[in-house]
Amino acid sequence: MTNFALSVENLKVYYHTSGGPVKAVEGVSFNLSKGEKLGLVGESGSGKSTIALALMRSHKPPAIIEEGSINLGQTNLLDLSEENMRKTRLSGISMIPQGAMNSLNPVARIRKQVVDALSDHSFKFKKAERETFLRELMESVELDPKVLNLFPHELSGGMKQRVCIAISISLKPQVIIADEPTSALDVIVQRQVIETLSKVQEELGAACVLIGHDMGLMAQFADKIGIMYAGKLVEIGSVNDIFKNPTHPYTRLLIESLPDTKGKRPLIGIPGLPPSLLNLAPGCSFCLRIEKENRKEIPWVEISKDHFIQKCDICSDYGKVKTKK
Amino acid sequence: MASLLQATNISKEYVSGTFLKKRNLALKEISFSVEETPPSITCIAGESGSGKTTMARLLAGLLDKSGGELLYKGKSLNKMNSEEKLTFKKEVQTIFQDPFEVYNPFYKVDHVLTTPLKKFGITSNKSDSDKMILSALEEVGLRPDETLGRFPHQLSGGQRQRIMVARAFLLRPKIIIADEPVSMVDASLRATILEELKLLREKHGISIVYITHDLTTAYQVADNILILYKGYLKEAGSVEVVINNPQHPYTKLLVDSIPQPDPDIKWGKLDISATQELLETPGVGWRNS
Repeated sequence: MTNFALSVENLKVYYHTSGGPVKAVEGVSFNLSKGEKLGLVGESGSGKSTIALALMRSHKPPAIIEEGSINLGQTNLLDLSEENMRKTRLSGISMIPQGAMNSLNPVARIRKQVVDALSDHSFKFKKAERETFLRELMESVELDPKVLNLFPHELSGGMKQRVCIAISISLKPQVIIADEPTSALDVIVQRQVIETLSKVQEELGAACVLIGHDMGLMAQFADKIGIMYAGKLVEIGSVNDIFKNPTHPYTRLLIESLPDTKGKRPLIGIPGLPPSLLNLAPGCSFCLRIEKENRKEIPWVEISKDHFIQKCDICSDYGKVKTKK
Repeated sequence: MASLLQATNISKEYVSGTFLKKRNLALKEISFSVEETPPSITCIAGESGSGKTTMARLLAGLLDKSGGELLYKGKSLNKMNSEEKLTFKKEVQTIFQDPFEVYNPFYKVDHVLTTPLKKFGITSNKSDSDKMILSALEEVGLRPDETLGRFPHQLSGGQRQRIMVARAFLLRPKIIIADEPVSMVDASLRATILEELKLLREKHGISIVYITHDLTTAYQVADNILILYKGYLKEAGSVEVVINNPQHPYTKLLVDSIPQPDPDIKWGKLDISATQELLETPGVGWRNS
């Protein structure tokens, strides 16, 4: 009996290619309570967007969910029929896509696109009721209700992204997944969008998964942070634990590589390249990046309460000397 | 001594429509200069639509200005003869935002490196050009055996952008105009690419105009900064002064919106809606005319 809004257990998603399976998500587990915000951080190709698609069950072949369970409240999404899953999308779990520019229909007014989603989930409104509902929805994402009469090309990037947020919360889902919602926006608009997202998420009491690679944004938004590396979750903990006591070498390098405005210093990147996920050898994948090898099963170690890392004996001290200086 | 690049009151207006002309003022009377010695990194920052990309294109000679004067080594861009123009094109190099679009997918990446060498008549000798390409790639920290002879789609975004840095460096320019070079690159690779740009300045004396909306990287990389808002220059000065002690309300808002990678420093409570006030407050800070 779980009381989590979203609980993912041992999720494995593989892309089956002619060269063998690409293990994009390899045994990821996490739990989210109601109202909790998780930030999933990782570089391109670490499997974070694949998780987002798999959670919505909108992954397409060659991607296949091999194993695991995705529990939304008490229901395992992987057991639902296609028709029931369709009904659950948006009403139970909804997604804010990455490119707001490309996710709205360019030839339909915003009103039609919002109403489409509602009528597809067999919501019947009287005309006056519908207008009040739409107006309140737009106001909840801080948009002028006049936006409803406009076409997507008449809106700025930030407004389009807020329309997407409005659509995704229109049926009051328990879980919102935001896949890099601000990657194409500048700092001020990014802040507006993230603040809007926080606000509506708190009002709904929904759990939220924010996917991205910007640690600064995660520090501003999330309660909990999960670090992805090569398809695996390597560290998970509260925001404060991750920033104050990053323990996995990859997390440490990631935080060190962030530029700040507290004083000039040389910028340090993360050495090496992430490994190819095709036919990835078992064991520690971060070791491969720093030209070491550990083929053993990597255990989860609890650092402090609710702060876990995948602790590899070989690479866990990598780069530590530099931080202590 | 004449400045390397000197802009005096340059403006740019985009005009569209045949009869009912629609005018869009992208840049309004901006003056600044980039000196040859000591080589400097100048940052141009602002939100989308503030005119920063227009600025980059004007400086690189890819667009013609509507008003004002732009001098390269004391000579106006419009009055150059073809030989001087070629030198200008060689000495002013650009790096663009999108490391995916700049490549022709049908050619191997070697193509973008060999073509400029031939085009500018630096060398047509195969072994010479190979040597130059190898040293340029090593300069940006790429292993030639991992990059040469491959097609663009076989490389990561970060590698492609670094090849672009290598290409710019190959021509030994005086100035590199980098238009959001890292905005489409992973956070972990950003640091590496920016560090390379800094190195080009220190080791080879190349001045850099770095265009971005990310003030944290601007702070780490640049010496001077210009803040643009809706085509107007709103604040200018050294990065330390502008970012740690912003004067103009727009700069204050920008600095306040930086997502600090520290959960203890949350975004402030500045009002985003007061755009009219931002537009009307005159620019502050150092003016270089």
